[in-house]
Amino acid sequence: MEWDWSYTGDIIPDLLRGLRYTVIATLLGYLIAVVLGLVWALLRRTPNVVVRQVVRWVTEFIRCTPLIPQLFFAFYVLPTWGLTFGKLTVGVLMLGIHYSTYMAEVYRAGIADVPRGQWEAAKALNLPRTRVWLDVVLPQAVRKVIPTLGNYLIAMFKDSPLLLAIGVPELLTSARSVGARTFEYLEPMTMVGVLFIVVSVISSILLRRLERHYATN
Amino acid sequence: MSEVLDGYEQWLKGAWLTLQLTVYGSGVALVLALVFGLAGTSRHAWIRVLNRVYVEFFRGTATLVLLFWFFYALPLVGIRLNSTMFAAVLALGLNIGAYGAEVVRGSIKAVPRAQYEATIALNFTPLQRMRRVLLPQGFALMLPPFGNLLIELMKGTAIVSLVGLTDLTTVSKNLQSSTGETVASFSLVLVIYFVIAQILQLFVRFAEARVDRMLGRRPSREPELGTLAAGAPGAGVAS
Amino acid sequence: MPPTDTTPEKDAAPLRGSAPGIRFEKVIKRFGSNTVLRELDFTVAPGERVTLIGPSGSGKTTILRLLMTLEKPDGGLIFVGDDPLWHMDRGGKRVPANQKHLHEMRKRIGMVFQQFNLFPNMNVLRNLTEGPMRVLGVPRDEAVERAKGLLDLVGLADKIDAHPSQLSGGQQQRVAIARALAMEPQVLLLDEVTSALDPELVVGVQDLLRDIARQSDLTLLCVTHEMTFAKDISDRVLMFDQGQIVEEGPPERMFGEPSEQRTRDFLQAVLAT
Repeated sequence: MEWDWSYTGDIIPDLLRGLRYTVIATLLGYLIAVVLGLVWALLRRTPNVVVRQVVRWVTEFIRCTPLIPQLFFAFYVLPTWGLTFGKLTVGVLMLGIHYSTYMAEVYRAGIADVPRGQWEAAKALNLPRTRVWLDVVLPQAVRKVIPTLGNYLIAMFKDSPLLLAIGVPELLTSARSVGARTFEYLEPMTMVGVLFIVVSVISSILLRRLERHYATN
Repeated sequence: MSEVLDGYEQWLKGAWLTLQLTVYGSGVALVLALVFGLAGTSRHAWIRVLNRVYVEFFRGTATLVLLFWFFYALPLVGIRLNSTMFAAVLALGLNIGAYGAEVVRGSIKAVPRAQYEATIALNFTPLQRMRRVLLPQGFALMLPPFGNLLIELMKGTAIVSLVGLTDLTTVSKNLQSSTGETVASFSLVLVIYFVIAQILQLFVRFAEARVDRMLGRRPSREPELGTLAAGAPGAGVAS
Repeated sequence: MPPTDTTPEKDAAPLRGSAPGIRFEKVIKRFGSNTVLRELDFTVAPGERVTLIGPSGSGKTTILRLLMTLEKPDGGLIFVGDDPLWHMDRGGKRVPANQKHLHEMRKRIGMVFQQFNLFPNMNVLRNLTEGPMRVLGVPRDEAVERAKGLLDLVGLADKIDAHPSQLSGGQQQRVAIARALAMEPQVLLLDEVTSALDPELVVGVQDLLRDIARQSDLTLLCVTHEMTFAKDISDRVLMFDQGQIVEEGPPERMFGEPSEQRTRDFLQAVLAT
């Protein structure tokens, strides 16, 4: 079978529409993950042992189970509890929650990486607890983890096709429906592959720059 | 709930497929990780290029996209992977293998240079240096990120439910539609995945403890930033 | 041959045995823009024990590392015995050495490191047998026998199954010495072998090396800051500064009445610490 360039040109607009959903889902999901991950990490440092253990096992559970059945759960179960969301909303939420559990580990390691002396110095200055966290610990921890957090943006981008499981019209879904319409799968599927590689390679190059920037400063 | 549990034969079959995919996939991934990871430590630039091309390409690809491409596009250019299962194992193995290759390369590079120098002083050949000293010591560094990758691969197997294989995820979907027990079906499937993940982690911890004992190291439980980054899909190893 | 088997004339004079000598001819070594050795010439006679002293950065350790092929010279020739180390003969022409030539040449040389560098993935016995078995092709039984003999020599026979991490620094260094001797080198390089040890462990390692020096016919090159040890072990002392030999002579004269100001300054500084 021959590669058809004019057909390739025809399907590009469809694919770009799909790519828009992919990018939106990734970015919104990432926002949720970055914030929620920090919440998990901080909750794991609370004095309350029950909270700590509950958070630990909930995040462990979410991290150790696949996103697709999680999407099914949210998509089919939440409505039975009277919570009805659109496909994209469910997709973004679950993508964000799923990856927040990875982010939590990153933040945790970053916080653990802050030298003991910093805590002791803050204590010696008699700083209140919130000030210690906001002014001393978190700025140092977050700075250290930024490159790692960046890597998860690419990871989430690459997991976003899973949203097709619940019918979010993202890039891969649009390629499949284009293919189903014309019975020509080679060009749309290959183009999707190319788009994914191009976007992830470019973003990882940008990330490495960022990493170097933070390593030198 | 009981109706969902009555489908236990289906659950078992689904779990068996998920496990098979995990085992075969990690076998393929391990081989690729070792081959291309070691290529990344080569003295010859052109062998290192092989490593870079493989790693960048397959780390940049989403597994599901790769699988769909195998499934829909490859037959059209005359290559037919003779089973969907094989295509899935290949897609998972190629993808996780790319992360694994980075782990292998980073771990070998992280073995102290003094160890390498000692092997020269004892006149080991390059192959003996790798096989007797660098690889065994690097292996200890590889295990924790390999553990993370194993869990990632196990989770990744759920994509086969989107190309018509009957794994755990497919079973949960089937039982949900046949019994109408939405909460039970999807809760149970998540719990089963969780249990599988915990068992896999136990294996890895056991292996880590053994290797730590072999190297006379004190095991460190909490992962550090470096290993986290290594295990992260989409992340390189800090080398 | 390991010193256990040979035990030739005790307290014999220098220049005995068949060990190869060493010759540096206009050797240059740079690290980036920093020239560590500038056209260095010196000779070590077969079986001679030479100690290199001098301030840090003077190039002493680089000399050992060049001989162990851990660093590559940027110019000049290094001979071990009659053969150039980093060059080989091809069709009457001198060309850079390939891996095979280096492998052959390394058979003559052994090294003990400052940080011991035992293999943590092997126990003491395997640290001692791995090289002889895999590199020299010695049968297992023989390699084990040889290892046991060497462990006796270094006084650690009871640690044969121990793991390196279970040993003290001094014990690790003694195992490392045994490991180097197990390869039956003719030239032994000692790179600040007691610098990383706690003070109370230094004496044991030094005594061991003194015995080895006395009992074997090895050519010995030693970098150390322990002047008493240097006096005991060496036939000749070379004082280095900035990649050049400042002064050389027998230890009694070098430590007793050095003629160069730089040597006097250096010795004073070392003795003051």
